[in-house]
Amino acid sequence: MNAEELAAAVEGAVPGAVQAHEDGLDMPTLTIAREHLVDVCRLLRDAHGKNFLSAVSAVDFLGYGDEVAGYFGTESGRDINRTGSWGTPETVAPPAKRFAVVYHLAHVGDGPPERVRLQVRVDDGESVPSVVPVWPTADWHEREQFDLMGIVFDGHPNLRRLIMPADWDGHPLRKDYPIGGEPVQFTDAV
Amino acid sequence: MSTTERQSAPVVPLWTPAVIPDGAPSKIDPPEGEDLITVNFGPNHPSTHGVLRLIVTLDGEVVVGLDADIGYVHTGFEKNFEQKTYWKGIPYSPRMDYLAFFANELAYVGAVEELIEIEVPERAQWIRTLFAELNRIHSHLIFLGTSGVELGAISLFFYCLRERDTVLDLFEMVTGVRMHDRYPQFGGVAEDLPKGFYAEAKKFVNEMPQRIDEYLDLVAGNAVWEDRYRGIGVIDADTAIAMGLSGPNLRASGVPYDLRRAQPYLAYDKLDFDVITSDRGDAYDRLMCRTREMYESVRIIDQCLEGMPSGPVLADDRKHVLPPRHELHTSMESLIHHFKLVTEGFRVKPAQIYYPVESPRGEFGCFLVSDGGTKPWRTHFRAPSFVSLQSTAMMAVNRYVADLIVVVASLDGVMGEADR
Repeated sequence: MNAEELAAAVEGAVPGAVQAHEDGLDMPTLTIAREHLVDVCRLLRDAHGKNFLSAVSAVDFLGYGDEVAGYFGTESGRDINRTGSWGTPETVAPPAKRFAVVYHLAHVGDGPPERVRLQVRVDDGESVPSVVPVWPTADWHEREQFDLMGIVFDGHPNLRRLIMPADWDGHPLRKDYPIGGEPVQFTDAV
Repeated sequence: MSTTERQSAPVVPLWTPAVIPDGAPSKIDPPEGEDLITVNFGPNHPSTHGVLRLIVTLDGEVVVGLDADIGYVHTGFEKNFEQKTYWKGIPYSPRMDYLAFFANELAYVGAVEELIEIEVPERAQWIRTLFAELNRIHSHLIFLGTSGVELGAISLFFYCLRERDTVLDLFEMVTGVRMHDRYPQFGGVAEDLPKGFYAEAKKFVNEMPQRIDEYLDLVAGNAVWEDRYRGIGVIDADTAIAMGLSGPNLRASGVPYDLRRAQPYLAYDKLDFDVITSDRGDAYDRLMCRTREMYESVRIIDQCLEGMPSGPVLADDRKHVLPPRHELHTSMESLIHHFKLVTEGFRVKPAQIYYPVESPRGEFGCFLVSDGGTKPWRTHFRAPSFVSLQSTAMMAVNRYVADLIVVVASLDGVMGEADR
């Protein structure tokens, strides 16, 4: 099933859900409105056999296309690598819908996996509904993206940091998070 | 001294399938009650294959609540990839899952190859297949050996490490190093197989099935293994799929899902092998699935050795592939290409790709986003250990704490990969 057919099928069952679709290099890719995400996931799982959630990823598009890989400085500080070869010292205006949360779905059973990619675009601070009720495996995937990218998943039963320490400051995989150095801890205790 | 009567928590009978708990599937809250103690299981414990911390609430000897804490070996691989040109990312990838290093490299290299649309020569695909299977044997041997150590049986570990050494010798012969080889390159593999490799590998192929027979003699009929692994950590097919299990963990529950068959990559569609499944989904079946998979890997290696086509091992594409070393002394163009590739790197069209491979632990996928520059915009790895360890709580709860060790071991998690 190509992206257009899939988009039509999803749109038929959940009107207003599909914002864009493309065939992609490897699998059909649908951009879903975040308020319809859970409905679309249920539909794909029950009516289209996508019983397997491979992964939940999040992508930060701050500065995307500017060809500066790495890290953009921030005004707020925490900016030990301010200049140098790691990135630009400037701040960049965040693009509209800065983050993408990407879901890779597959069919597990007999035959090929027939993968589908869903993505939801959100701004900083906007939340995404949790798909744990649809695929329980999303539990740690969503916690990981909350931890490292700062995406809030609405309705997640246990949304805490998973990989970084519980008292960590910031979300390391964001593009405005410094890649070198970290604030000295315990200085106020000296 | 008087003994007090004490009601302990009920232990669920063997063969009770795991049920996904309400709320967070990876966490089970202990019931209200006195006499409960909370114990840190880890982060350093021999049976965790790394640093997995389980916060276990015990009622006597029975696990009644469990929460897992990971991240102790988080090293920011994904962030690091964003700072490196595509070439320089290759040595990073095998260091995630240090037991299935080759599968990790294949996922990353495969994803980039899809993006730059480079044609990989046939022979390189076969060589990669060969080493992917050698690597599978390597990983399963460590699993099998350590699963014995967890029960206090040391001897199997030595046998397994003996064969593992042979596998690593083969890696060393071809790649120069025993692990973390950086052997797959964009467009092929770094070097062709050396002289004498065929004979050595053939010797391994002829010997290995007998060795696996020996392991099975030690394990399959052994009362200790039977008693400790049978009926523990049972998970049925639907629950396993819902929990995202893949690889041997899923196949032990009766789902014949193997990416080598379902979504063939490399040369797997030209090879004859069976997908090993079991139907009971307990720790013992997961153990046996992996052990019997080694027979199939040996079969694949044998077919690779016999059917290996001749030809180049690296694509002829100077915009993406490093030129041969000897040309640098004589060819100006090669020197320029080499310089450009090593310093600036090549550009990749803006796109997204998800490239999964069947690692020894299951579906290992590389999700790569490119913005058109010379470095990946975002890499994310779908780590099968990360996913499978979520099922620890539901498998271990209401069972003895000794069974918890078996559950964790049978899921075969590698923390380097789970934490990345």
